[in-house]
Amino acid sequence: MSDTAPASGGKRASGEPERGGDARGGDAIVSLFYNPTFRGVLYQVALIAAISFILYEAATNAIVNMRRLGIVSGLSFWNAPAGFDINQRLIDYSSTYSTYGDAFWVGLLNTLLVAGMGIVLATLLGFIVGVARLSRNKIISLLASSYVEFFRNIPLLLQLYVWYNAVLRTLPAPRQSLTLADAAYLNNRGLFLPQPVFGPGSEALLAAAAAAIAAIAFYRRWARRDQDITGRQHATGTVSLLILLGALAAAWFLAGGPVTFNVPEQRGFNVAGGLQVFPEFVALLLGLSIYTAAFIAEIVRAGILSVSRGQTEAAYALGLRPGVSQRLIIIPQAMRVIVPPLTSQLLNLTKNSSLAVAIGYPDLVQVFMGTVLNQTGQAIECVVITMGVYLLLSLLTSFVMNIYNRRVAIVER
Amino acid sequence: MTTTGETTNGRTTVGPIAFVRASTVPAQKPPVLVGGPVAWVRANLLSSPLNVLLTVIGLYFIYLIVPPAVRFLLVDAVWTGDDRNACLAETVGREVGACWAYVGFRLRFFVYGAYPDGELWRANLVFVLCLVGIVWLLSTRMPRKGLGAVYFFGVFPVAAFILLYGWPAIGLRRVDTSLWGGVVVTLVLAFTGIVVSLPFGILLALGRRSRLPLVRLVSVIFIEFWRGVPLITVLIMANTMLPLFLPGNISPDKLLRPIVGVALFASAYMAEVVRGGLQAIPKGQFEGAQSLGLNYWQLTRLIVLPQALRIVIPGIVNTFIGLFKDTSLVSIVGIFDLMRTIEVSLADPRWSTPVTAPTGYAFAALFYFICCFGMSRYSIAMEKRLAAGHDRQGTVK
Repeated sequence: MSDTAPASGGKRASGEPERGGDARGGDAIVSLFYNPTFRGVLYQVALIAAISFILYEAATNAIVNMRRLGIVSGLSFWNAPAGFDINQRLIDYSSTYSTYGDAFWVGLLNTLLVAGMGIVLATLLGFIVGVARLSRNKIISLLASSYVEFFRNIPLLLQLYVWYNAVLRTLPAPRQSLTLADAAYLNNRGLFLPQPVFGPGSEALLAAAAAAIAAIAFYRRWARRDQDITGRQHATGTVSLLILLGALAAAWFLAGGPVTFNVPEQRGFNVAGGLQVFPEFVALLLGLSIYTAAFIAEIVRAGILSVSRGQTEAAYALGLRPGVSQRLIIIPQAMRVIVPPLTSQLLNLTKNSSLAVAIGYPDLVQVFMGTVLNQTGQAIECVVITMGVYLLLSLLTSFVMNIYNRRVAIVER
Repeated sequence: MTTTGETTNGRTTVGPIAFVRASTVPAQKPPVLVGGPVAWVRANLLSSPLNVLLTVIGLYFIYLIVPPAVRFLLVDAVWTGDDRNACLAETVGREVGACWAYVGFRLRFFVYGAYPDGELWRANLVFVLCLVGIVWLLSTRMPRKGLGAVYFFGVFPVAAFILLYGWPAIGLRRVDTSLWGGVVVTLVLAFTGIVVSLPFGILLALGRRSRLPLVRLVSVIFIEFWRGVPLITVLIMANTMLPLFLPGNISPDKLLRPIVGVALFASAYMAEVVRGGLQAIPKGQFEGAQSLGLNYWQLTRLIVLPQALRIVIPGIVNTFIGLFKDTSLVSIVGIFDLMRTIEVSLADPRWSTPVTAPTGYAFAALFYFICCFGMSRYSIAMEKRLAAGHDRQGTVK
C-alpha cells in the first residue's frame, strides 16, 4: 500500500485550489490521515471498537434476557443429577445417580468412538476407491467413479436417514434375528456380538503387546541398518507379525486364558447378553465412512496423479514390480499431496459425526446440546462447551497432522 | 559362398547354398486387433489373470446394484394412485417398487411447503428469475457479466424477498415464513448463503492477508472458529442463543436464524477459498499496480480480485455445492426444507407403506444429485477452460 506518495510534497506543489484554502492545521490533519501507519492504527482501532461494541451489546442483552427468563448462568448444573438415560455408554452411567457432567463425558466418548472408527474405515475405503478409480480395468474404474459421484453429491443427512430408516430399520425383529453360528445376532435392535470379559491376568496380554511392539521397533531399526550396510533384505512385515502374535499367544497360555466371552443368546422376544452394537451407531458409522470415503478417494486419485509418470517408469527400469513400485515409489511421494486435504476431510468426518442428532445416536451434540440444554435451559454454557470441544478436537488433529506433514514434506535446499 | 545353382520351376538345384525357400511363405495370422470393441475389451478388461478376476468382480457388483435399482425405481414402480392402497403389495398383487404416486401426490408440498395455493405463481416467478440470473452468470456466452452480477446479487434478492414474503402496499399478500417450505426454503437458504458469504468471504480473505496485525488476528479467529465447529452446533446456537443476544423482546424470524448461521459458516469457508486465489497472484502484480500509483482498494478491486476470483471459480462452486448439501441440516432444527417436508410426509398414515420411505428418499436423492452433479460438472468444465490459458503459456499442469 503506497499511500505515502501524495502525502505532503506532491500536494502542495500541485497547489490544488480546494486544499490551498485550508488552514495550516487542516493540512496537517490531512497529511496525518494520508500517513499509512496512522491510517492502519485508525482502521484497527475502529475495528476493535466495533467488535467491542457488538460484544458489549450482546453481553448486556444476554444478561437482561437471562434475568427476565430466570436463567442463572454458571456451571452449577454440571453436578446436578441428570435423570435421563443414554443407551450407548462407554463409561458407567445411569439415570438414577449420574450427573450432567457424566452425561457430557458419555457423549464425548461416543463422539470420539464413532469418529475414530469412521476415520479408519473412511481412510481405508477411500484409498481403495481412489486407487480403483485409476485402475486400467475400465469396469473397476467406472464402478469407483460412480461410487464417488453418487455419494459425494447427496447430502450426508439424507444418507444417514436412508441407512437408519430404510436399511437398518427393515431388519427382522429380534425373534427372527439373523444369526451367525449362534454367537452373533443381527436384528432391528442392533448387532449382538460376543463380548470379551477380561478376567484376572488380562494385564499380561497388555504387557505382552507392549513388549512385542517395543521388540518390533528394535528389530525394524536393526533390519533397516543391516540393509543399509549389507544390502540384505529382511521380511520385516512377516517377522513383526510373528513377534506380536507369538508374544500374545505366550501371554495367553501363561496367564491361563484370562479372557472369556459373554456370548449373546436368543431369549423369547429379545436377544440377551453380549455386546450390543446399536443400529444408530452402525448407521452413523456407515454413513460417515461411505460419504467421507468418496472425498478421500478423489484426494488419493489426485495425489497419485501428481506423481510424474517418469517416477513409475524409473521404478520399472530398476526392475521393481508394479505393486512394489506403487508401494515404495509412488505412494510415499503421493502422500505429500494427499495428507493436507486428507486431514481436513478427517476433521470434516469428526465434525459431521454431530449429525448423529438426526438419528438419535447419543453423541456429544445429541446429549449435551440436545437433552442437557433442553432440560437445564443453560443455552450459553452448553453451546460454548460443545463448540469448545469441537474446536479443541480440530486444533489437536491439525496439530498432529502438521507434524506428520512436516515429516513427509520435501526437504529443499 | 558362391552361388552357382540355377533355378527351374521353383526347384533349386543343390549347390553350396544351404537353403533357398522353394515354396511361398504360408500366410501369417492377422495381427491382433488394435481397434474396435473386441480389442478394447481384451486390452482393458482381460489383459491378465488379475484383470480378468477384477472384471468378474466388477461385473458381479454391477449385477448386484443395477438390476435391483432399475427394478425398484422403474419396472416395479407404481406411477398412479390416490392413497396407500396403490402401493401395497397385498392390494396390487405383485412386487411393488418405488411409489411415485406418493411423490406426485405430495409434490406440491415438497416444492412449496404450505405456501398458499393462490400465491404459488410468486414462488414460480422467483424460480424463473433465479434461473435467469444463474444462466446469465454461469454461461460463458452471455454478455455483460457485470450487469448480471448486479442483477443476481442486488436486484434479484430484493425482488425475490418481496415476491415471497409479500408487500401489501403493492397488492402482494404477506406470506409468513412459517408457511414457506420444501425446495423454496432449500433454495432460499442456499442462495442467501452464497450472496452473503461471497462478499463477506472476500473481505475476510483480504483481512487475513492484511498487514494490519489486529485485522489479521480478527479475521483468523473468525475463520478458524467457524471452520472448527460443526454446522449443526452453529444452527442450534443460532436457534437458542441469538434471541438471548438481541435486545428486549425482539425474537428473530424462525427462518432468519438458520440463515444467519449458514451464512456466517459459509463465509469462513469462502474466505479460505478466496485466500487460495489471492496467494496465487504473483507478487509482480501487486508491485506493478503500486508502481502505477493505485492505492490499496484500487489495487484490490481492479488488479487482484479480478484475477484471484477467476482462478477460484471452481473452488467457489465446490463450496457452494457443500453449502447446498448442508442446507439439509436445517431440518434438524425444525425448518421445513426439502428434507423435512419429506420426513414429515412419511409420517402420514394415508401413504404409509413399506416402500414410502425409500421412495421419498430416492426423490430427495435425485433432486440433490441433479443439482450438485450439475454444479460439479460446471466446475470441472470451468477448471479446464481456465487451465487452457495456462497451458498455452507452457505452465506444467
